[in-house]
Amino acid sequence: MSTEVKVPQQLPVTHHAAPQGVKLPIYMDNHATTPMDPRVLEEMLPYFMEKFGNAASRNHSFGWAGEEGVETARERIAKLIGATTKEIIFTSGATESDNLAIKGVAEMYREKGNHIITAVTEHKAVLDTCKRLEKYGYRVTYMPVQKDGLVDLEDLKRAMDDKTILVTIMAANNEIGVLQPFAEIGKLCRERGIIFHTDATQAVGKIPIDVNKQNIDLMSISGHKMYGPKGVGALYVRRKNPRVQISAIIDGGGHERGMRSGTLNVPGIVGLGKACAIASEELSREAVQLASLRDRLRDRIMSRLDETYINGSMEHRLPGNLNISFAYVEGESLLMGINDIAVSSGSACTSATLEPSYVLKALGTGDDLAHSSIRFGIGRFNTAAEVDYVADRVIETVERLRELSPLYEMAKEGINLKDVKWAGEAH
Amino acid sequence: MSYSDKVIDHYNNPRNVGSMDKSSADVGTGLVGAPECGDVMKLQIKVNRETNVIEEAKFKTFGCGSAIASSSLATEWVKGKTVDEALAIKNMDIVKELSLPPVKIHCSVLAEDAIRAAIGDWKKKQEAAKPVASAVTQ
Repeated sequence: MSTEVKVPQQLPVTHHAAPQGVKLPIYMDNHATTPMDPRVLEEMLPYFMEKFGNAASRNHSFGWAGEEGVETARERIAKLIGATTKEIIFTSGATESDNLAIKGVAEMYREKGNHIITAVTEHKAVLDTCKRLEKYGYRVTYMPVQKDGLVDLEDLKRAMDDKTILVTIMAANNEIGVLQPFAEIGKLCRERGIIFHTDATQAVGKIPIDVNKQNIDLMSISGHKMYGPKGVGALYVRRKNPRVQISAIIDGGGHERGMRSGTLNVPGIVGLGKACAIASEELSREAVQLASLRDRLRDRIMSRLDETYINGSMEHRLPGNLNISFAYVEGESLLMGINDIAVSSGSACTSATLEPSYVLKALGTGDDLAHSSIRFGIGRFNTAAEVDYVADRVIETVERLRELSPLYEMAKEGINLKDVKWAGEAH
Repeated sequence: MSYSDKVIDHYNNPRNVGSMDKSSADVGTGLVGAPECGDVMKLQIKVNRETNVIEEAKFKTFGCGSAIASSSLATEWVKGKTVDEALAIKNMDIVKELSLPPVKIHCSVLAEDAIRAAIGDWKKKQEAAKPVASAVTQ
């Protein structure tokens, strides 16, 4: 019997010349962070060396200049989300804001109850904070999500009891871009006198937010996800209808109405404010533009490759997010093949812990497809030419890797991979 | 994570990608790993039944760059060796050759498992093909 060679010995990698108008490497990982908008940097610069005063220095013009920058930023952030300036607290970022909101409510409302509800797809800043509170004796319910990534409102209602003091559910998910029905969640909470916090890190500046219309009591905001600086964020804390109080988690000086001590990061805050001002102006137009680029990317890829699956609802989704699994191809090897493009993967091989994405797992996506997923985050500075180049490189790399893949070969032979008894491995 | 040049080379120019007829008497097929783990390697060898020398080797891998490189290297190394010589290949040899970081050592372990599985499969076939000694009354 002869042995048959089915594919060419060597699969050459084509060298890629950047097409017209495309500068390599391309950044398409805007959920991880965003480049700073030049207008933001320009706004920040005077606050490093000229207007460098401590905003808390009440008695001289250096302090007043810093304070003015901070208060202008506060107004801009409040305007973007429909809040008042007194309701904006500055922090070092959304992780701190999440910690402050959740721990702050837990401590303040301890007498009222000890039950907190969140969702399994939350960012670690929320999940790990809840885990810590469990150690202190709080009860936490981690709501599952449906296949499209959304929390079921009936399930949520059933989870609430008379000891529930807080519901914390993110507005938009960082991995799959899915938008939770947070206005309805807020309404449910308001009806029951439960405080509603939302981690809106990925949502602010991308979708319209109105803390009153959407029944939000606490909201985390991040600078570096919206073309602003890293190391700065904010927490919205409702003052009226109802008034929400939180215990501080950082002591020392009583800044930000006693809720967050520490000298303000004036340049950072000014940057965050400018980022919000830009978003207020450009949000609607930009959302349309991003959705168009994202759909272009999706359609170009999915029209040329079979067995590709979108993770999470397309209908309730951030305009710039696309998360796709490419069956039979592992995520890290795919990233290696498109090494002139910055995106990320839900594969275990890309994580320090060798665990695949827990968000994809929560959707019911099998581990094998979780390992095969890529997250694209299209942002303000991406172009159609870049999208086309990225799509073509992804297609070419997936095709190449499928030729290398024993799973693809087996699938093509008509074998159902779910029926195979795998040898497992020495993990 | 930055890859060693050798891993990148194997990824861009994998050696011996392909498939052999697994029903052939001279072919041993090893299929190790699991899709849920993100690593599956198929390694095949064609052995000369007189000399026990591995004349041909092919692989296919679903896995990260280090996994692809480990299995590609494995096919390079087993070619020209006898089956027993190939059994002496250790995963740490692969780690050294490819400069794999600690978090990727398991890829080399899987490649070693794949070699053993292919050889094991071939050996089973040789056992099954042996004529059964029977007392035949003349």
